[in-house]
Amino acid sequence: MKARTRQRLSFWLLFSLPLAWTVLFLILPYLSMGMMSFWTRKFPLFVPDFQFGNYIQLFSDPQYSAVIFRTMKIAALVTAYSVALGYPLAYFLVFTIRSEKLRTLLYMCVVVPLWVSYLLRAYTWKIILGTDGALNSALLWLGIIDQPLDIFLYNQAAMVITLTYIFIPFMVMPIFTALERIPSNLIEASQDLGAGPFETFLRVILPLSTAGIVAGATMTFCLSFGDFVAPVLVGGPSGTMVATVLQSQFGAALNWPLGSALAAIIFALVLVVLQVSSKIDRAGRVSMG
Amino acid sequence: MHKLMWWQKSLVGVAIGTLLFLYIPVAILILFSFNDSPVTSFPLSGFTLDWYRKVFANAALLQSLVNSLIVALSATALTIVIGVPAALALDRFEFIGKRLFTNTILLPLSLPGIVTGIAMLNFYKQIGLPQSLGAVIIGHATALVGIVITQVLARMEKLNRNLAEASSDLGATQVETFFHVIFPNIRSAIIGSALLCFTLSFDEIPVTYFLTGRDITLPMYIYSTLRRGITPEINAIGALIVLVSLALILSSVTMLREKK
Repeated sequence: MKARTRQRLSFWLLFSLPLAWTVLFLILPYLSMGMMSFWTRKFPLFVPDFQFGNYIQLFSDPQYSAVIFRTMKIAALVTAYSVALGYPLAYFLVFTIRSEKLRTLLYMCVVVPLWVSYLLRAYTWKIILGTDGALNSALLWLGIIDQPLDIFLYNQAAMVITLTYIFIPFMVMPIFTALERIPSNLIEASQDLGAGPFETFLRVILPLSTAGIVAGATMTFCLSFGDFVAPVLVGGPSGTMVATVLQSQFGAALNWPLGSALAAIIFALVLVVLQVSSKIDRAGRVSMG
Repeated sequence: MHKLMWWQKSLVGVAIGTLLFLYIPVAILILFSFNDSPVTSFPLSGFTLDWYRKVFANAALLQSLVNSLIVALSATALTIVIGVPAALALDRFEFIGKRLFTNTILLPLSLPGIVTGIAMLNFYKQIGLPQSLGAVIIGHATALVGIVITQVLARMEKLNRNLAEASSDLGATQVETFFHVIFPNIRSAIIGSALLCFTLSFDEIPVTYFLTGRDITLPMYIYSTLRRGITPEINAIGALIVLVSLALILSSVTMLREKK
């Protein structure tokens, strides 16, 4: 009995601060945002209420739904390109590089940019793609074009390039881990049974690395969906994303209830994506035995 | 080694191209930070250290750097004070809502920062916490504590439980056991995740944007300068930040890697 009381005491000694902190500074903020999404705006005040007007406005006003769909499209493109570039890179590191040391070094080279200022990595594309930027001036200098082109910056392509650049490491990391875990005897067995390298890739390696692809794709999709910086730096007017709209609801447009509803939609969407990806991940594990 | 097939060759090509793609922009940034011209255009016009001199003479920029350091250091300290006990509790005890707690604490790391920033702005105002660097510190600590908790917890799970039991059988109190047995084993995980939190907090924009008052941090300073246009001064700050974060991240990775 006494031991139990002591156990309980040490549990609360350890856990009361983290629990109180999380409830006060994280859980209550998310909940209050959810509540405010049902409030009404009576300029210049926001009045507590329970009505679905904000959500109806977001789904019915084409101005908002267009932005939500455009953002989904861009996030999906970024995810697709990141897989297309990240998978070969991870495969190359795991299966082509023979030296353990070189592999670790190159892997570090992939991961390091992830921690070098996110803002700066987005900014570099502004100086590369701009009208007097590095790309235009290099093309001029080489005589390939004779006038600077303004097609590079301030459009959706610029955003997709920038975001793909930012999120490739997120994709390579989990795929690399998944590929590294594939036992080499499985690959040898496949070859012994007469499968060519391409067939081995399709029927052994690819299915066993699906979990890594799913994990990377989830992260990439969720983070690029809510990106805040790239639209402002390289997006231009046609690159308005959900985050830009959200920001203006809490700034110039001053409609916090509507902004909260939009944030709640993003929140729900991210939860759905996380849920689906953990389902796929679990299903993959079961089928592996 | 057998001959590479066409698809393996193109795979190697894509892989090397992707590696270059990751580094060319950073190289361009550093290159132009030494270029003697206000525009970032080729051909390079000459070598200069002027942009670096301007950085060190810019009072507003230096103030924002100091603010960033204050925020990142305080937020990191808080993540350890909150995160380490939480990880110990999660490792040692079973309780209702354990999964829910871990999932919730990780939410800010997968949710877009702007959603977390808005939620915090909204609620902190209601409880009378004004927009300030203090609010930013609380916001960052809350958003990043999940890193410390998961890293320390992962290390605890690998720790042999018999060690702690042996220690208490030999008459050590729980506090003694923590400092003599557990802490030495999780120290590198704590330092590694702390360095990571520091880097992320130092670089954070969305939460900072909504929670700060008049005082701005370095990324906010750069962000607002960029909205007005490009100055090569930013390239110089960028090159410096790349250097510092490289040093930080290399030490963090070394710490987080388990000893073999």
